[in-house]
Amino acid sequence: MLDSDESVFLVSPDPHPHSAELSSISGISMSPSRQNLHHSLHSTMALPKTSYSVLSAFCTEENISQCIAYINQEVCSLGLTGVSLESKSGSLSAVPVLNLLYEVLQLQRRAQRALHELETQQLKNGSDLEHLQHSNCRLKDQLEHTRRDNSGLHEGERQLQLKIKTLQNWLKSEKEEVQKLQSIISSRATQYNHDTKRKERECTKLKERLNQLLMDKRDKKLSIEISNHVGRSDGKRGLWKTGKMEARHEGEMYKALLSDYETRQRSLMMENSELKKVLQHMKKDMITILSPKKPEPANDSLEQAVSECEEEIGDPSRETLEQSCEQAREQLTNSIRLQWRKLKSHMERLDSQASLVASQEREGEEMMSRKEHEEEMQRMRMELQQCKEFIHMQQQLLQQQLSSPCDEETAALLNDCYTLEEKERLKEEWRLFNEQKRNFERERKNFTEAAIRLGHERKAFEEDRAAWLKTQFLNMTPFVDRKRSALSDSALSVGTEPEAKLQSTPPLVTKSLFSTPKAASVKMPSTADLYRTLHLIPDSRGHGKCQSGEMSTKSRLRNCSTDCSVLSFVRDENSPI
Amino acid sequence: MNFSEVFKQSNQLCKVSPDGKYLATCVQYRLVVRDFNSLQIAHLYTCLDPVMHMEWSSDSLFILCAMYKRGLVQVWSLEQPDWHCKIDEGSIGLVSSRWSPDGRHVLNTTEFNLRVTVWSLCTKAVSYIKYPKACQKGVDFTADGRYMALAERRECKDYISVFVCDDWHLLRHFESETQDLAGLEWSPNCCVLAVWDNCLEYKLLLYSLDGRLLSSYSAYEWSLGIKSVAWSPSSQFLAVGSYDEKVRILNHITWKKITEFEHPATIINTKAVVFKEVEKRPVVGSEDLSIHQLTVDNSLFSTQSKYEITQLPAQVPVIKPDPDRANPKIGISALAFSADNRFLATKNGSFQVLSLFWHCSGSSLVLLSKEHICLCYVEAEEEK
Repeated sequence: MLDSDESVFLVSPDPHPHSAELSSISGISMSPSRQNLHHSLHSTMALPKTSYSVLSAFCTEENISQCIAYINQEVCSLGLTGVSLESKSGSLSAVPVLNLLYEVLQLQRRAQRALHELETQQLKNGSDLEHLQHSNCRLKDQLEHTRRDNSGLHEGERQLQLKIKTLQNWLKSEKEEVQKLQSIISSRATQYNHDTKRKERECTKLKERLNQLLMDKRDKKLSIEISNHVGRSDGKRGLWKTGKMEARHEGEMYKALLSDYETRQRSLMMENSELKKVLQHMKKDMITILSPKKPEPANDSLEQAVSECEEEIGDPSRETLEQSCEQAREQLTNSIRLQWRKLKSHMERLDSQASLVASQEREGEEMMSRKEHEEEMQRMRMELQQCKEFIHMQQQLLQQQLSSPCDEETAALLNDCYTLEEKERLKEEWRLFNEQKRNFERERKNFTEAAIRLGHERKAFEEDRAAWLKTQFLNMTPFVDRKRSALSDSALSVGTEPEAKLQSTPPLVTKSLFSTPKAASVKMPSTADLYRTLHLIPDSRGHGKCQSGEMSTKSRLRNCSTDCSVLSFVRDENSPI
Repeated sequence: MNFSEVFKQSNQLCKVSPDGKYLATCVQYRLVVRDFNSLQIAHLYTCLDPVMHMEWSSDSLFILCAMYKRGLVQVWSLEQPDWHCKIDEGSIGLVSSRWSPDGRHVLNTTEFNLRVTVWSLCTKAVSYIKYPKACQKGVDFTADGRYMALAERRECKDYISVFVCDDWHLLRHFESETQDLAGLEWSPNCCVLAVWDNCLEYKLLLYSLDGRLLSSYSAYEWSLGIKSVAWSPSSQFLAVGSYDEKVRILNHITWKKITEFEHPATIINTKAVVFKEVEKRPVVGSEDLSIHQLTVDNSLFSTQSKYEITQLPAQVPVIKPDPDRANPKIGISALAFSADNRFLATKNGSFQVLSLFWHCSGSSLVLLSKEHICLCYVEAEEEK
């Protein structure tokens, strides 16, 4: 008998209608889902006693047979024996149901066991997987490590290979050298052997010959048969060997050696001098190449610079002629070049500054000077003309006197007297004239001499200036202020008109008067000299000009340097003139 | 070109007199002197033995004939054909014989180089010089004939003696710093003596006339050294040819090398002009106006062979010599400066040129092989 109270079903607590129940039951009983199983398990475990309400949903008193049928169906599908229904009483016999239940329980237990096993298996797998993952990571790391090590080892191997190669090459070269040395040794050995053999052969020959000679009775003496003496090739008589002869021989030998050395030395000296000349030519060429490049107005300045530099270079060249040390000469030429470059740059700067002002000033000056010159010439011509006229008049009067009629006697007497007087006077006048002429000549000679002297003094002055400039360049010092004050003092101290002029135009002078009559002087020295020397005599007119002329030269110097003390210095020097 | 008839000669003894008037040839034991222009026999002398060596005296008045086997030297006079002179070295034997520069003394080197006997034809006097050295070039006279340098070897050391040729007075005797002196040569200006060592050591020493060592030069060590040496006619340069196939030129002021010339097997120098003889067996000639390296293999009477200019780089055939033999046939064996100091001719290797020398004008070079002779005309280029 089946009590509804005692029937326990593995069913879900879902009180659905039959089909739904069945499906839900079947679904649930078939699904191996863990959760459901668990759930179901729990539910079954949890609801053994309290499942009555739930269970009663599936099986009631009405549908027992259906339930039984369904259960049989299910059980059959599971492979268990069904429960037979004793329909007459309408009650189930407990034994098959219990058996069925027991089998189902067994099934369930088995299933649980399987589940358990699966779970353990799952756990194991999970742990295995973890383990494998760990090991995988580890192995990956290891792989990385090994790879790196591998590359490092490759690197090392490569380097070792290189080393091997170099060592092999070295070994090859050493082997080659060894071979070479061996070949040398072998060739030397063959040479030695050859020589030794030769010597041995000679030795044996000697021994044989010695034996032969010892045994040979007949000894052929060495002799010379000559029909008659032959004269010496140079025809001279033979001389005895004496100590004097020996000395003579020695002397001759030394003479030969000496002459050879002398010729060699001469040729070397010639070569040396030629090279020196070439060096000097090169220097000169350098100068000439540099100078023509400048434009016309600045010619005089450049010429002055050129002359300065020539002098400067002239000095070192003289020095080089005396010096024989190569290094000193080299140093000197280098220093010359440097100086020249400095001077050139300086001159260029000054050129650019002064060219504009210089042109204007220069023209005015030139005009003035020319005009004065012209005036002077005119005056002289006038004087000459007057003199000529005078002489002419005299001559005419004389003629008239001679040709005028009068008493023969008295006239003659008078004439005589007059003539005599005239003659005397004429003589006197001629004498005077000649004297004057001589005076004129002398004066002219003096003038020319003075001009020449002036020229010389100017040259000396130039040299001094060059030297001074050199020293200036070599020690450019900030003494400008001190000297400028000195200049102003000196300027004030001198008290003639050009000084005033100077004072009034010191700035102008400093900047301008760069190319002055000096230019003309450089171009036409003689006329300028004469002009200047002539002006030395008339003080009032000429002195100023002279001073200005001097000034110009000195001012140019001042332009060359910022130091103005030169002016005073130079003036002092030139005052005696 | 005209050819004369062919005359007999033996031992290649055929020499023109220094004044150029006569030609002397030896045929066995006869000495035939011909007039040079007409080739008519001017004199005929008979010697006692086949002549091994024949030499004109410097003033062309006497001819020396040496017969080594019998140890005899006979001197003949051209002015007086009846005059005769016979020098007998006796049992001591004769190895070489030569004239002194003044043409009045005969220097005989005895067998085994025991001594050098100086016979005077003026005084019949005899002088002896002991221990001469047997080497490549042991005796040399200065160009002006005043001094003679002789290499000697005593007690395993080399010495050099300088004699005054006037009276054979010993001027200087000094030890030479060579291991084994091979040769010595005076400079043309007679003031410097170049002394070189055996091929086993590259050493060139320069002594002045009074025996002072001026300088020593050594290009390298251990390998075979100097093979030939030549002075330039102005005494400014000294050319040294060595077994390494290079010519080194030293200058007379510092005695240091100023340049060296190589003789490579392949000529690639663009300034070189290579003349190649075109013939059945083409052998290369070569090159540059300042160095010549020529070989000759042309017979005078065969078909004319031309010399063509070959393209650079030109290969010079090189025969590798047997390295196991002594005195191998490599290196510079002949050097000759032209008289005007402009050219240097060198012979390298085993070419068959036996001797080379320049014509005195410096315009042509004469090459002699065993059977042939060749003249090379050098075009003088216009110099600045």
